[in-house]
Amino acid sequence: MQTLDELTRQARALANGEPTPVEPTPAEAEVARQMQICNACRYCEGFCAVFPAMTRRLSFEPVDVHFLANLCHNCGACLHACQYAPPHEFAVNVPQAMAVVRGQTYVDYAWPPGLGRLYQRNGLTLCVALALGLALFMALALAARGTLWMVPEQGFYGVFPHNLLVSLFAPVFCFAALALGLGVRRFLSELRPGTGSAPASVGPGLEAAQQALTLRYLDGGHGDGCHNEDDAHTHWRRRFHHLTFYGFMACFAATSLATLYHYGLGQAAPYGWFSLPKLFGVGGGLALLAGTTGLGWLRLRRHPLHGDASQKPMDLGFIALLWLVAATGLGLLLARATPALPSVLVLHLGAVMALFATLPYGKFAHGVFRSAALLRNAVEKRQPSRLQLGSD
Amino acid sequence: MDLDVLVIGGGNAALCAALMAREAGASVLLLEAAPRAWRGGNSAHTRNLRCMHDAPQDVLVDAYPEEEYWQDLLKVTGGITNEALARLTIRASSNCRDWMRSHGVHFQPPLSGALHVARTNAFFMGGGKALVNAYYRSAEKLGVQIRYEAPVERLELEDGRFVAAWQGGQRITARACVLAAGGFESNREWLREAWGQNPDGSWPADNFLIRGTRFNRGVLLKHLQDEQGADMVGDPSQSHCVAIDARAPLYDGGICTRIDCVSLGVVVNQLGQRFYDEGEDFWPKRYAIWGRLVAQQPGQIGYSIIDAKAVGRFMPPVFPGVKANTLEDLARQLGLDPATFMQTLGAYNAACRPGHFDHTALDDCRTEGLSPAKTHWARPIDTPPFYGYALRPGITFTYLGLKVDAQARAHFGGQPSRNLYVAGEMMAGNVLGKGYTAGVGMSIGTAFGRIAGQQAALGALAQKHNKKGAAHANA
Repeated sequence: MQTLDELTRQARALANGEPTPVEPTPAEAEVARQMQICNACRYCEGFCAVFPAMTRRLSFEPVDVHFLANLCHNCGACLHACQYAPPHEFAVNVPQAMAVVRGQTYVDYAWPPGLGRLYQRNGLTLCVALALGLALFMALALAARGTLWMVPEQGFYGVFPHNLLVSLFAPVFCFAALALGLGVRRFLSELRPGTGSAPASVGPGLEAAQQALTLRYLDGGHGDGCHNEDDAHTHWRRRFHHLTFYGFMACFAATSLATLYHYGLGQAAPYGWFSLPKLFGVGGGLALLAGTTGLGWLRLRRHPLHGDASQKPMDLGFIALLWLVAATGLGLLLARATPALPSVLVLHLGAVMALFATLPYGKFAHGVFRSAALLRNAVEKRQPSRLQLGSD
Repeated sequence: MDLDVLVIGGGNAALCAALMAREAGASVLLLEAAPRAWRGGNSAHTRNLRCMHDAPQDVLVDAYPEEEYWQDLLKVTGGITNEALARLTIRASSNCRDWMRSHGVHFQPPLSGALHVARTNAFFMGGGKALVNAYYRSAEKLGVQIRYEAPVERLELEDGRFVAAWQGGQRITARACVLAAGGFESNREWLREAWGQNPDGSWPADNFLIRGTRFNRGVLLKHLQDEQGADMVGDPSQSHCVAIDARAPLYDGGICTRIDCVSLGVVVNQLGQRFYDEGEDFWPKRYAIWGRLVAQQPGQIGYSIIDAKAVGRFMPPVFPGVKANTLEDLARQLGLDPATFMQTLGAYNAACRPGHFDHTALDDCRTEGLSPAKTHWARPIDTPPFYGYALRPGITFTYLGLKVDAQARAHFGGQPSRNLYVAGEMMAGNVLGKGYTAGVGMSIGTAFGRIAGQQAALGALAQKHNKKGAAHANA
C-alpha cells in the first residue's frame, strides 16, 4: 500500500513536471526484494554476471530489474547454493524471480506492442502458427499440383517454385527481424541510462558476443557447468544449447548459401552431397535434432524451483518446433526421390513458416534480449562504481 | 548392521570426517539431525577458510605464514588457546584445499565487501551451502550412508570407549564414532542459564537471535558433560555475539542480517542515550563486541542512526532502514523519546570537531568533551534523510566443547578415548577459547574433521582385522 507521504511526493513530482517513478509490478518488486537480501550477502558473486552487477546498486528500480533479469541465464547455481532459499522464510529463489520478470519484459518490449500478448499463451500461439503454416503450404501444393503424393521432376521446385518460396518467406523473415530489432532497440535505450550511460563500443560488443556465443554463464563460474535436476553440475545444457544454436545457424547458412547459388551463380537445387549448402544443411539439421532432443529432455527433468513454471509451454513449444523443422528438413533428404516428397515438403515449410512468424513472439527472443543485457553489462562494468563501501 | 565409523552431525566437520573415513576404507554412516533442506548446520552459513600460505596460491594473494596466523589467533583468543592444536590447525589449513577441491569444493577470490581478507581467506564459490552440497554429493558417490532427521539422544560408553548411539529408539553400534554435532547456541534454555540476569533483572538471552541453524541444541554436549563425565574446555557462559538487524529471523539469519553502518553514525539505546565509542576501530574489527554491548542495554536493543552522508559507504543492509526527514520524526518512528534523543544527538553534533573524513582510514574526525567519545569518523548527523536500524544481539556459536588431543580423541578423566573422536564446533574451544577471526571456524572444522575421520577409520579397521585374526586363530 502506498503511504500518504509517497502519494504527496508523487503529486508534487507530477506538478513540477518531473518524471514520475514507475510503480513496480509484483514480479519486479519481488526481484527487488530478493536483490536487497542478495546484496547484503553476496556469496554468489562468483557464479555469473548478475551478482557483480547487483553490487553496483543499492536499490533496484524496474529498469535495473529488467536488466538483471535478462542478464540471468537461469543456471540454477545461486538457488542451490542459497542459504536463504525455501524453506527459509526469506524464500530467495533468484532464478525463478528473474524468469518471471524476463517473461514480462518479452511482453513489454514486443513490437508492435499489442502482440506481446502472444507470449502469454505461447503454446496456443505456436500451435495456431503451425496449423496455419501447414494449411498454407498444403493449400498451395494442392492448388498447384492437385496432390501431395507424386514424384516431381524438378525436385522441391517442382512443388513450389523458388520465387514463390522467396516471396513468402522473405517478408515474414524481414518482419520478424524488424520486430525483434525494434523491441530490443527500445530495451537497450531504456537500459542505457542505468547501465553506465556510455554507448556500446567495440570492446564491450566483442566481449558480449563472446559471452553469448560460448554461453559463458552456463559454466557455473568454476567451469563445471550449470544445474538441471539437482545441485550437481552438468555441461549438457550448454552442449545441447550449442548444438541447437549452431545447428540452427548452419541450417540458416545452408538456406542463405542456396539462395546465393540460385541467384548469384545460377545453380539451382538440388546440390550435391559435398556442396556447401548440403553440408551445412545436413550437419546443421543433425545438430539441431540432437540439440533440441537433449534440451527438451533436460527441460522436462528440470528442478521444479528453476525458472517460471508458466513458461514451460513456451520453452517446450519452441524446442518442439525447432525439432520439427530439423526432423522434416532431414526427412526431405530421405523423401527426395519418392512420392512422399510433397507431403514432407509441406510439413517442413509449414514448420519453418510457423517458426519464422513466431520468432519475435516466442522463446527465440531470449537470445536477443539476453545478448542486449550482456552488452549493457559489458559497458557498465568498465565504468567505475559510484559506491564506496567501507569494508573494501 | 556391521558399521566401522558412525559420524554424528552433518556440517563441514562431520562431512570431512565421513569422507576421510570412507576414503580410508571404512564403512560410514552419517546421522544429520536436520531434514535434508536444512542440512549442514552452521557450515551452510559460512563463506571462507582461513589459510596459511607462504607464497601466493591460486585465489590467495601474498603470504600468510604460520607465525602470523598464530599471532592473530593468540590476539583474538587473548591466549585462551592450545598452541599445539592451534598450530596443527594452521598447518592443516595450508594443504587441505586440494583435498577439498577433489570433493567438489570451488574457491574464488574474495567477495566485494570482504577485500580486507583477500590475503588470509580462501572463499568458497557460492558460500558454505555450496561446499556442503559438494561434500554430500561426494559422500553419496563414495557410498557413505546418510540419514536425515536423525538426531542422536545419547551415547553408550564403556570406560570412555564408544559402544553405541541411541537415535529415535534405535541402538546403533559402530567400531568408532566421530562427534561433530555443533555447539548449543540454539538451545534457548541453556543460553538463558549461561548468560544469566542483567542487573536490571532482565534475562538478556531471551532477546537473542541465533544467526545459524536451529538444530544446534547441544544435546550430546550436555549429555557428555553431565552424564558421561567427559573432559570439557571453553567457558560455558560465553558465545560469539554480534549486533545484527533486530528484524532478523529467530534462526538462520546468517550473514545478511549484519548492520555495517555503526561506525558511520551513532548508536543509542532504548532510553535514547549513547553507550559506547562507535568509531573505536574499523567495523570488521569491532562488530563482535557490539553484540555484548547491546545485550547489556535495557531490553537488549540498540539503534544505529545515520544520515544521508553515510549512504553508499557501507554494505547495504538486508532490510530498509526506518527513514525520516527530521531527527524528531526518526525518534518517533523508532519508538524513542524524542526529547532525550534530540538531546543526545544535539550534544554529539556539537562535540564533533572538523577533520578530514575518510572511512577507509582511522581518520581525525572525533568528538571533544563528549562521554562516551566517538574517536573516528565523527561527523554531525545533520543531512536528511535520516535512517535508523534497530540492533539485537545475534549469537553465532558457543565456545564450550569437549577436550581433544592432536588425534581428535575425546577425553575422560584425563585419558583419551580409544574410539570416540570429536570435530568442529564441539571442540573448537580447544583452539578458539574466546573471540573470533574470519574463517577460523572452518579451518578448525576441516582440520579436525579430517583427522577424526582418518583416526576413526584406522582404529575401526585395525579392530576389525584383529577380531578376524583372533577368529582365525581360534578356528
